[in-house]
Amino acid sequence: MSRRKLSRRQFVAATALSSAALITAPYVRGAHAAGKLSIGFWDHWVPGANKASTDIVNAWAEKEKVEVQIDYIPSQGNKNLLTIAAEAQAKSGHDILAMPTWWPHAQAELLEPMNDVMEGLIKQNGEPNGTVKYLGQSKGKWLAVPASVGSQIKGPCSRIDLMKKHAGIDVQALYPAGQAPKAESWTLDAFLKAAEACQKGGVPFGIGLGETSDNVDTAGAIFQSFGAALVDEKGNLTVKTDAVRQALEFYKKLIAFLPPDAGAWDDSSNNKWLVSGRGALVMNPPSAWAVAKRDAPQVAEQCWTHGFPAGPKGRYAPYLSYFWGTWSFSKNKEAAKSVLRALSQPDAIEKMCVASGGYDLPCYEKLTTLKVWQEEAPPKGTLYHYPNPHNHQTLSIAAAPAPPKIAQQIYTQATLTKMCLRYHQGEAMEKVLAWAEGECEGFMRS
Amino acid sequence: MADVALRPNRAAAQTARKRSSLHNALRRKSTVAFLMTLPLLLLIATLVIYPAFYALHLATLNKSMQRFVGLSNFEFLFRRETFWLVVKQSCIFAITAVVFKAVLGFIIAHFVHNIPAKGQRKWRGMLLVPWVIPPAMSTLAWLWLFDPSYSAFNYTLSFFGIGPIPWTGDAMWARFSVILVNIWVGAPFFMIMYLAALKSVPEQLYEAAAIDGANWWQRIWYVTLPMMRNIIAITTLFSLIVTFANFDIVRILTAGGPLDHTHIFATWAFRIGIEGSDIPLGASVSLFMVPILAIAAIFILRDINKRGNES
Repeated sequence: MSRRKLSRRQFVAATALSSAALITAPYVRGAHAAGKLSIGFWDHWVPGANKASTDIVNAWAEKEKVEVQIDYIPSQGNKNLLTIAAEAQAKSGHDILAMPTWWPHAQAELLEPMNDVMEGLIKQNGEPNGTVKYLGQSKGKWLAVPASVGSQIKGPCSRIDLMKKHAGIDVQALYPAGQAPKAESWTLDAFLKAAEACQKGGVPFGIGLGETSDNVDTAGAIFQSFGAALVDEKGNLTVKTDAVRQALEFYKKLIAFLPPDAGAWDDSSNNKWLVSGRGALVMNPPSAWAVAKRDAPQVAEQCWTHGFPAGPKGRYAPYLSYFWGTWSFSKNKEAAKSVLRALSQPDAIEKMCVASGGYDLPCYEKLTTLKVWQEEAPPKGTLYHYPNPHNHQTLSIAAAPAPPKIAQQIYTQATLTKMCLRYHQGEAMEKVLAWAEGECEGFMRS
Repeated sequence: MADVALRPNRAAAQTARKRSSLHNALRRKSTVAFLMTLPLLLLIATLVIYPAFYALHLATLNKSMQRFVGLSNFEFLFRRETFWLVVKQSCIFAITAVVFKAVLGFIIAHFVHNIPAKGQRKWRGMLLVPWVIPPAMSTLAWLWLFDPSYSAFNYTLSFFGIGPIPWTGDAMWARFSVILVNIWVGAPFFMIMYLAALKSVPEQLYEAAAIDGANWWQRIWYVTLPMMRNIIAITTLFSLIVTFANFDIVRILTAGGPLDHTHIFATWAFRIGIEGSDIPLGASVSLFMVPILAIAAIFILRDINKRGNES
């Protein structure tokens, strides 16, 4: 076998020629010329809803010649939170990752600013609601792009028949489909009377007092309706105020009319309560109604999603926003921003909202009147008021307006529902306030 | 000149010596054993030792993980009312569960030991079921039995005019529920270990005790228990460690509620570290288990050494 020897001179010449050829050759755009992009989306619990986002991303990838890998990460067992924590620690992971409520702020130092993306989207889609600005911005920097997928309002979902029968309230008249609300009489006092009447009628309101999100969100909205906050926007303690005392007094009265086991409720308890037909009202996005549509159609036909009752300081409703964030260590930031723009186009948002059966809620002011909420049934118009189309209530999140890193602790530790339970169980008001103040002091550590 | 002439020979001799010492080393059983366990040692180093030291490192950082704060996180924890509640609950949870698991395991092991050999295998298999089902799955079944609104237990009790019992809604009942499930899951482990120990007690000792006129209790106290001492100590220590570090049962049944009254170290560390995005504080909470378990281990294992020396 003959072997031809390569001299040093020949090697240098060959290398130089190959390099020159590579540099001067025309750019050939391959199937994945713009590189790779990995996305970690939240795994939607509405069957088939993931397909809409997959289709949008695939269409974008085809156009931009990017190889995309999508992982759908469930929130069951907090798998999404574990993924966020792990990727933040490893400084490696998805280029885009879905982050719920508090996580853009929690990971603020590691996220790529999205101002350039948001400027265009705001011009096109209108202003995002105040809660999204509070959760998604820090010192004028957009930490992530608001996602319509997974974002929701946890307002009241009432049984039309039971509210009429036991409380004498026609929720359809208060919140008529296709029209502005006529809900001046829907106040916390009316709410309390209705809770009492329904409890006496054997169908108590299904509001939990546990430590999970649904329970905390309701407490947060009611506290805000009294103007009660544990920590103000500057980080000062405001626990020992009259507003907090009033909110606790209200809750004590309300708890007497709630199911006796409400202290042990989690996020599935209120859904089960509505679907089983045992209660006249729950505080939930339309997921409970969607399950009822499948499992108990006679219950679903009587459900009406509407606004929160107003308190002395206004009408507040809990809005929980999801975000899509890009790590600062992402390898393909430009492609990530490009696909986020594609996912935030009005037609893409509408497609995803339709796929979720109206569950997903965009935060932009021009996108709260999509057809899906007008058309969803039964009964027709049941979701019309779900996206707050007439800006009838202020969207907020429990523990706001405290600085988000403190508010996250108040929210996660369920300080509000714990205060209500402690007071209900006979602890003195001042003792409850002192306990809460001690907790909040602890949450302020940096 | 002589040196120059000798050098190649010396080098060759050195190489040969090196080769033969390597050969000898490889032939030595201990070297082979070390090489064969090396993959496992590396695995342990990667999955246990590195995370342990990393947790120590995390516990010394501030909340945003940008600054070294020494032991400040522990100092902060010591001032928190909830932390001491968690310490107390972890101790109550672990000690009560381990004691009941040990007692139940001991009693059941005796029952199984007395079953004729033919049917014993069947019973052993059935009694091991709670232990072999993944706890996350079996605890879900318990969750449905304890469900606040639709508890199957309460439904059954209602026929006797009892209840409804707030299994997970009242602090005391919630503690009872999580301990009960832990005992249900863990008792078969004690049972199988004790059964193995019982089978190794020589029959002649019981015969001698019977000749001496020992009654049932005396046979247990003077023969069975001393012969099982070591296995009881090791099983107790092992179970104490596992129970102290339990997560799934509490997380699924109560998530630490109501009012934090069922939180134990692991669940509270998760609440703070992952859900609350304060990983350094979460790491500090979970590390607090180490000194408690180390003290327990020293006491239990020192006793084993004593007995080893005596024998």
